[in-house]
Amino acid sequence: MTDHRTPDLSTLLGRYRMLRLIRGFEELALTLVKSGAIVGGTHPYIGQEAVAVGVCAALRPQDRITSTHRGHGHVLAKGAEPRRLLAELTGRVGGLNQGRGGSMHAADLSLGILGANGIVGAGAPIAVGAAWAARQAAEDRVVVTFFGDGALNQGVLLESLNLAAMWRLPVLFVCEDNGYATTLPAEVAVAGSALGRAAAFGIPAAEVDGMDTEAVLAAAGAAVDRARAGQGPGFLRCRTYRYQGHHTMERRMKVNYRSAEEVDAWRARDPLPRAAALLDRAERADCDRELAELLAEAEQFALASEHPDPAGACDHLYASGLRPRAGAVA
Amino acid sequence: MSMLSYTKALNRALTDALAADPSVCVFGEDIGAGLAGPTLGLQRRFGADRVVDTPLSEQAFTGMAVGAALAGRRPVIEFQIPSLLFLVFEQLVNQAHKFSLMTGGQGSVPLVCLVPGSGSRDGWAGQHSDHPYSLFAHAGVKTLVPATPTDAYGLLAAAIRDPDPVVVFAPAAALGVREDVTWELAPIPIGSARVHRAGTDVTVVAVGHLVHDALAVAEELAEEISVEVFDPRTLHPFDWTALAASLERTGRLVVVDDSNRSCGIGAEVVATAAEEMRLLAPPRRITRPDGAVLPFAPALDRSLQPSRDQLRHAIRTVVK
Repeated sequence: MTDHRTPDLSTLLGRYRMLRLIRGFEELALTLVKSGAIVGGTHPYIGQEAVAVGVCAALRPQDRITSTHRGHGHVLAKGAEPRRLLAELTGRVGGLNQGRGGSMHAADLSLGILGANGIVGAGAPIAVGAAWAARQAAEDRVVVTFFGDGALNQGVLLESLNLAAMWRLPVLFVCEDNGYATTLPAEVAVAGSALGRAAAFGIPAAEVDGMDTEAVLAAAGAAVDRARAGQGPGFLRCRTYRYQGHHTMERRMKVNYRSAEEVDAWRARDPLPRAAALLDRAERADCDRELAELLAEAEQFALASEHPDPAGACDHLYASGLRPRAGAVA
Repeated sequence: MSMLSYTKALNRALTDALAADPSVCVFGEDIGAGLAGPTLGLQRRFGADRVVDTPLSEQAFTGMAVGAALAGRRPVIEFQIPSLLFLVFEQLVNQAHKFSLMTGGQGSVPLVCLVPGSGSRDGWAGQHSDHPYSLFAHAGVKTLVPATPTDAYGLLAAAIRDPDPVVVFAPAAALGVREDVTWELAPIPIGSARVHRAGTDVTVVAVGHLVHDALAVAEELAEEISVEVFDPRTLHPFDWTALAASLERTGRLVVVDDSNRSCGIGAEVVATAAEEMRLLAPPRRITRPDGAVLPFAPALDRSLQPSRDQLRHAIRTVVK
């Protein structure tokens, strides 16, 4: 089985491999959306890979994350099996969540992935709570919460920054600023600045090039070390960009809110060639070949996995085993 | 023999849970001082790191409790005002409740919200007097409304042990109830109703503090009508089996429920009974008006809540 191995993000090659895996996974997902194998579409992460890889490279297996509706990159970088994530996107029994969560709710608790989240900013207090619980239990765990620039205006994020700072909790707030909250540009939405949000609560904050994996890793590493040492939360603003639309539906809707020149300018700063340039060519070619095989196998696995039985549509609704009454009685 | 007050029963349930299980913790506003009653003295005994006074940031500390629950804690959150639940509907319904299903059963959120003082308190007016249990039952969150000190203890104890999120509404009008407790307090299974008084003519389903009104009216009418007083105790899951058994005995139904009429729990009880159970006469329900907002002036406030007069009238109507 070549499908999966625990990602080793400690080396340049390992980080390149993960960037490439996320990119390839997202491209594959786009084709499956087009073919109809993925229903409901996805929020493509293409372009933002350096953030997930750089941040997760600073983490240990016991550390935890909360993610966003654009979460595939975070989930893969934290170690989720690509084929099981893909099976989740296609709504199959073999998926991470047995087809109950889909793209926006992918989770793997065994890996500390407390869930992608369909609600902007909702992961922040969950991360704060997980960090609080880890400290209560004297466990050495740092929690990262990823969120976009849209979440900068959610009250719950600001409340969470306050709690994390007051209680000096080991939380890293990672603002993945891709410039748009769906179609609304950050420059007409965010008063003050992202870093100013953190500064208001006395949280050390850094600005980092979100297209540069090594730069993200360096900044995240410093913040994670501080958090681990009991010095409280940190905040990173990673300036990045999504090459695709907010959601795969966008193209069909023919919405247009950004220029081709803007997209091209960001594509010119693609994190992949930058990471590739740090490796030797043969190493890279081997890695690319291996990933192509892995993704082909993931696709096969996902499409061969069974569709869930409708009779079990309410399975897992309650952990206590409570069964709900039927919605319609014949 | 000792007189146990409702608030003291909640306090004892919290004390016993904190003492028995180190993963139990309490979050809330002013709980160190014990301002609402149930948390009095807990911080002194168990420490400020388990009984945590939170800043006024309901969404963050409720979301935080969700995260803490996912990480192995069993948090109880006390809300001083029932309307605060409107602020945290997202965290409770959209996150906590949905987590188990959305993750394919990988985990759940054992989290309890305790709402002492739910419903009307004289002079607390529009934004402090809601009784929003029907919203949670509708959303599928386990929803408990104990009427007596014994049930308050037992249901809160069960809620803390439950693997799912649970909201416990302690009606303001029940907080003054005292009971002569000569028995051992123990957890009470979630989803089990209690028949407080057996009868043969009509079943009165009474929610929360209204159980005491129903018992008083049943006593008044005893010579004339034999009233069975049925306390569901848990609104979701509801003990439909016990209700069906009660209606087998009486065949007539009145529901008295201190929440708004349209889409309230009273409507659900009446509908389910009509669809599935034995009814000899059209059922009745007594509730607040549709979309009610309780006005400030005490006479106005009381005029919108279910009254004993209305209950007496409804009982006489269905047995006619």
